[in-house]
Amino acid sequence: MTATTQTPTQTTPPGGGFAGAAAAIRGMGRGGLLVALLIAILFFQITSNGVMLKSLNVTNVFLQNGYILVMALGMLLVIVIGHIDLSVGSVAGFLGAVAAVLMVTFKLDPILAVALTLVAGGVIGVWQGFWVAYLRVPSFIVTLAGMLLFRGATLFMLGGQPVGPFPESFRAISSGFVPELFGGIADPFGTGAPPIAIGPLALPLGGGPLQLTTLLIGALLCAVVVFLSYRSRREQLKYGFEVPSMARFWLRNLLIILGIMFISYRLAGYKGLPIVALLAFVLIGFYMFLTLRTVLGRRIYAVGGNAKAAMLSGVNSKRMVFLTFINMGILAALGGIIIAARFNSATPKAGYGFELDVIAATFVGGASAYGGVGTVVGTVIGALFFGLLNIGMGIMSIPIDYQFMIKALVLLVAVYFDVRSKNKEA
Amino acid sequence: MSDVLLEIRGITKEFPGVKALKDVSFSVRPGEIHALVGENGAGKSTLMKVVSGVYPYGTYEGEFYFNEEECRFHNIRESEHKGIVIIHQELALVPQLSITENIFLANEQATRGVIDWGLSYRKAAELLKKVGLDESPDTLISHLGVGKQQLVEIAKALSKDVTLLILDEPTSSLNEKDSQALLALLRDFRSQGIACVLISHKLKEVEEIADTITVLRDGAVIESLDASGGNVSEDRIIRGMVGRDLTHRFPPREAEIGEVLLEIKDWKVRHPVYDDQMVINDVSINVRAGEVVGIAGLMGAGRTEFAMSVFGRSYGRYVSGQVLKRGREIDVSTIPKAVHNGLAYATEDRKTYGLILINDVKTNITLANLDGVSTSGVLIPPKEIRVANEYRDALSIKTPNVNQLAVNLSGGNQQKVVLSKWLFADPDVLILDEPTRGIDVGAKFEIYTIINRLAAEGKGIIMISSELPEVLGISDRIYVMAAGRIAAEMPAAEASQESIMKAIMRLARAGAEEVVL
Repeated sequence: MTATTQTPTQTTPPGGGFAGAAAAIRGMGRGGLLVALLIAILFFQITSNGVMLKSLNVTNVFLQNGYILVMALGMLLVIVIGHIDLSVGSVAGFLGAVAAVLMVTFKLDPILAVALTLVAGGVIGVWQGFWVAYLRVPSFIVTLAGMLLFRGATLFMLGGQPVGPFPESFRAISSGFVPELFGGIADPFGTGAPPIAIGPLALPLGGGPLQLTTLLIGALLCAVVVFLSYRSRREQLKYGFEVPSMARFWLRNLLIILGIMFISYRLAGYKGLPIVALLAFVLIGFYMFLTLRTVLGRRIYAVGGNAKAAMLSGVNSKRMVFLTFINMGILAALGGIIIAARFNSATPKAGYGFELDVIAATFVGGASAYGGVGTVVGTVIGALFFGLLNIGMGIMSIPIDYQFMIKALVLLVAVYFDVRSKNKEA
Repeated sequence: MSDVLLEIRGITKEFPGVKALKDVSFSVRPGEIHALVGENGAGKSTLMKVVSGVYPYGTYEGEFYFNEEECRFHNIRESEHKGIVIIHQELALVPQLSITENIFLANEQATRGVIDWGLSYRKAAELLKKVGLDESPDTLISHLGVGKQQLVEIAKALSKDVTLLILDEPTSSLNEKDSQALLALLRDFRSQGIACVLISHKLKEVEEIADTITVLRDGAVIESLDASGGNVSEDRIIRGMVGRDLTHRFPPREAEIGEVLLEIKDWKVRHPVYDDQMVINDVSINVRAGEVVGIAGLMGAGRTEFAMSVFGRSYGRYVSGQVLKRGREIDVSTIPKAVHNGLAYATEDRKTYGLILINDVKTNITLANLDGVSTSGVLIPPKEIRVANEYRDALSIKTPNVNQLAVNLSGGNQQKVVLSKWLFADPDVLILDEPTRGIDVGAKFEIYTIINRLAAEGKGIIMISSELPEVLGISDRIYVMAAGRIAAEMPAAEASQESIMKAIMRLARAGAEEVVL
């Protein structure tokens, strides 16, 4: 949230999209978003008497916030290129309804229904992107209209009634878990062991059997992150850039490994890796690659950083804006599908107000309201931060009225730090 | 009343890397018209911004006195309170508000916050009468032409009990008739005892109207001429403006000029908004391989507009004209097509149009040719760094490494990054718009050396510059532009600052009726 998180993606060292992650996390660790996340975890862990980090709640962070994460990735690109999309909640609600009607009313196969819904999301992106990019109507207005338009379209589609339930295979998108392939193992920390208590902080370890597949996926992820960041460091050295010392390098990687393995351990202690989390991880990887390693990503950041300079360098700014809106539409479709699958029905109120969570997560994750700045890793942490806030406050039974006010203050303070670091740079 | 109204003593003003004013001293008498002349960048506007409090006390050295009182203005309000009012080249009127509302903006005729509209209209009507503007005070500014807007600005100045009126290029956007009306008004003011500092490029006007002419060059006062008898000729003023030492400021140039590389024929462009304004009128130029062609002219002559309209029609509305490369017509209708066909345009405003300041050096260098550092849409980071390092070394860009953000570089190094970007795009013809604006002498020399090297490689260089010595020192051939037309073409060897200035003035007079922009 401070100056370092403002470093645009392009300034992260080279050497592979995933390796950039390590660099981005390094920047963030210095800055504070990650620190803020850890403090929030610690806070909820203490106030909830150790309930926060129980397997079920760690799983719930992903189950309940998967759609925010998915849509925030699209919102990141929209915000980076210098626009905003206020309609994602309505669009997601509408597309959830589309999927529902296709499956329930028209009895389509879930796979076909999902595919058609994603296409419909792309078409909505084309519609909104066309107004923004080619007709030059401000995105704020276009998507405000979209918000109303698709809210109405949802009601029209559903006739004011919830549509459901859905086939089991469709519901698995939101409630399924990666199946155990190797047979579970016993918790090495023992069964029913007393929690490790450090002052008021109780970290209960030990429990039922663990899902081995989930642990293996976690270990694989660790290996990939370490390999890529090591390769990146070597390359930087080769070109004479300053790199952190070997000790710092390993300390950082150790922390990342600890984080990933702890989450895997917790997930493995419940039902394993949720399908929606796996989906989110794949998308995170893809968008990191897109933003850090592709010409397309580079051009999107260039347009957001200075549209005039990008245009005069031969970048087709309009097409870039158009594409980011199509991308947003497709991800909103995915968000809508996840929401519908989670509630096992499409309701007229689905997606209501979700655009606020998605936009807030993106800004808290360090994207700049002025465009050109924002990282996938930051956005993911921002989304997790909001997810954690939601669940933590739920566990603490904080009334919903206070929850809104607290989230509002978090958003304000986060963006204040963003603006302040901007002013310092200028 | 004393015989000195404004006395400026030893004012020095520095911007990062540039000394805009060097120990400037002169004085303005009450009720005189004092013309301030000099080339672009000579420091005229900067000086007047000091006097009017735009640059507050403490940001410059030296002092100035108004009515024998030392002035230490912290903002424009304070200077206006004393009776010093500046009217900038870009008018500061709100188009959506009426004449009355604009005249009394921030000076509302109000009691306890409630505006007395009756009083406002009455006063506005009186002021309009004084400046000879026959319009209702209710009229919206957006309904007025530039000439009339200028008069509203002056009425606004009068509403503040002005004793010293500073006009920065008031007639640059006016046609001959409006200009004459404005000058007549200034004469009126003179008889009423209002002094006026007039900054102008139109030397004919200066010669006609000024009582005293002060010539600035490179931020220093060259001379103050008594012109009350009308005895100072245009030529005399020009000599003061341009005479300077030309040795050792430019690297030696041995041109090997080939055949015609690029030819632009009968280029015509309309203003992007005002349909009746032809910004570029029948311009035809060519550049040969290995040749540096300079385009000289004053601000607003249409040079940037011309270059940008050729480069992917990024300015104005294309009317007609052809672009030929080695005799074959090429499509330059979009920027990607122009780049693809071997054109590059390095902008005059590198911060707004040239660089992505929040991105690092390597990202900026590769932006115009991302295909050169990627395979099937995927960037190759090591290759990108290698390319960036090559240009950093070749152009000696001073930066710790290519991951440095562009915003942290000095002006000269930023300019080199912009040049690197276009060199990496490997164009045949490079249009450089004010390539040395705002950078120090040493960096200028380096940029000139780079230009020479590119020409030696067989590229065609078109260089737009407002600095006449630079145009003369670097070019092989010179086009002079004024009022959207080519006023003259001359080999650099036969050109002089006087001949260029004369060509500009000749066309400015002839075409005054249809001056644009």
